Amino acid sequence: MIKSDIQLDAKGLACPMPIVRTKKVMNNVAEGQVLEIQATDKGSTADLAAWAKTVGHQYIGTKEEGGVLYHYIRKCSAENSDFIEKAFEQTISNEEITARNGLILDVREAAEYAFGHIPGAKSIPMGELEKRLAELDKEQEIYVICRTGTRSDLAAQMLAEQGFTNVYNVLPGMSGWNGELSKEI
Amino acid sequence: MTVNKMTAAQVARKVIENKELFILDVRNTDAYEDWKIEGHKFDYLNIPYFNLLDGVEEIIDKIPADKEVLVVCAKEGSSLMVAEMISDAGRDAFYLEGGMKSWSMYLEPIKVGELANGGELYQFVRLGKGCLSYMAISEGEAAIIDAVRFTDVFTNFAEEKGVEIKHVFDTHLHADHISGGRHIAEQTGAAYYLPPKDAEEVVYEYTPLTEGLTVTLGASQIEVGALYSPGHTIGSTSFVIDSQYLLTGDILFIDSIGRPDLAGLAEDWVSDLRETLYTRYRELAEDLVVLPAHFMIIEELNEDGTVAKRLGDLFAENHGLNIEDEAEFRKTVTDNLPPQPNAYQQIRQVNMGKITPHNDELTEMEIGPNRCAVR
Repeated sequence: MIKSDIQLDAKGLACPMPIVRTKKVMNNVAEGQVLEIQATDKGSTADLAAWAKTVGHQYIGTKEEGGVLYHYIRKCSAENSDFIEKAFEQTISNEEITARNGLILDVREAAEYAFGHIPGAKSIPMGELEKRLAELDKEQEIYVICRTGTRSDLAAQMLAEQGFTNVYNVLPGMSGWNGELSKEI
Repeated sequence: MTVNKMTAAQVARKVIENKELFILDVRNTDAYEDWKIEGHKFDYLNIPYFNLLDGVEEIIDKIPADKEVLVVCAKEGSSLMVAEMISDAGRDAFYLEGGMKSWSMYLEPIKVGELANGGELYQFVRLGKGCLSYMAISEGEAAIIDAVRFTDVFTNFAEEKGVEIKHVFDTHLHADHISGGRHIAEQTGAAYYLPPKDAEEVVYEYTPLTEGLTVTLGASQIEVGALYSPGHTIGSTSFVIDSQYLLTGDILFIDSIGRPDLAGLAEDWVSDLRETLYTRYRELAEDLVVLPAHFMIIEELNEDGTVAKRLGDLFAENHGLNIEDEAEFRKTVTDNLPPQPNAYQQIRQVNMGKITPHNDELTEMEIGPNRCAVR
């Protein structure tokens, strides 16, 4: 099962109800959290993806299991995170990390990671990073990656404050990744 | 204000009678751009229903007050929701009963012409999908050609007319829609004919449809003569009915010609297609009325809603019949191919009898426009 913060059961509901319900539940989802929508209406995949795009949420993906569609959407605020200033100074490009052999640390949510990550990348979602620092090696080169470089910027700052010395923020991040992807769906 | 439903049959009459209609299509934009209800005098606005969840205030000015307004979605639910919002905003609105799904399934029977001794020929126009089926009737007997899968439309029509279905033909193994031919034959005891070269993999019994086969309908000597005309598929066959009508299947359309690639053999079949269109058809009488198995664009409809044109006129007007240079012809029909129809490989499997999906799955497979032609 893919991890999500909130689940919505829209099974058996016909269009437009899956989206009507999703919109309502989205009000109770915090920014950055992942909503899982369970639906059986086949049209819900294309419609949820298109709806998410128009309102600015991130449609992560859909997997089908036992006749049920599991859709994953991450709540985003209206402003485009590309324009948020990044504070962490040591950055590295998507292309450069493929040639180096440090650790790729993917701080996106578990669902985002499951629907496609760089082979070999380690997953620690941003919200869990502080309590899972023991899993990381302070001396190793760490390339912190997220979707657009914003969460990874915050994560890189946190790691530096905790005494990690070889930390890089990867830009532009997974949104600009054209290389190989591993999936866990 | 009021919300009323409009049926696919009512929409079909508006298409055929050249009526005005304002369609608010609330499906998502990809679906709308791929395939929509086409009418000569229809106006359109596409706004996905999920952008209207907070109401229609922002778009109400874009909806004309002096036209009938029809809200359309995939299955019905969303169009009803939006039609109610329009009504709350003070306007009348219709929603399409059963949505695009029912539009895709609707067949309008239209008489194409008279046959000898009081016989009649009907064309069943499937406006939503561009499929054309035929029923020839003479003295209590009927023959059906290229029936779509809604078999009861044909059996009910035969019953209304008081005729017995004796012969059921498919001009070729279809790849874009599911044939109802075999099932009609099973239900009525009629003979089912299919070209053997298209039927090598079928898993049921059929009567081979071969060059020169003549079937007599009724006592009036109406002849249905088979003319081998490969090119769209290797077995593709045309029919001449009563020396008046040429049923071309998917070989020749009004404003385009058949595509040779849906069984995966474009390169191999180009020469067959050329031979059929440029030699075999040229030998036929120019006064034959061409009746194809599909239309692609609404402009191909005549004023009475039929899709039919004199062969001689097509030789003059159809671009696909006027490419002198063989190399250029080859290039046109292999390089300019439109996307392949939705689920065409599965549809072929269904028509071979190899798989038997549920009704819902069949509907799903047939979603989208017809794409059997190349222009």
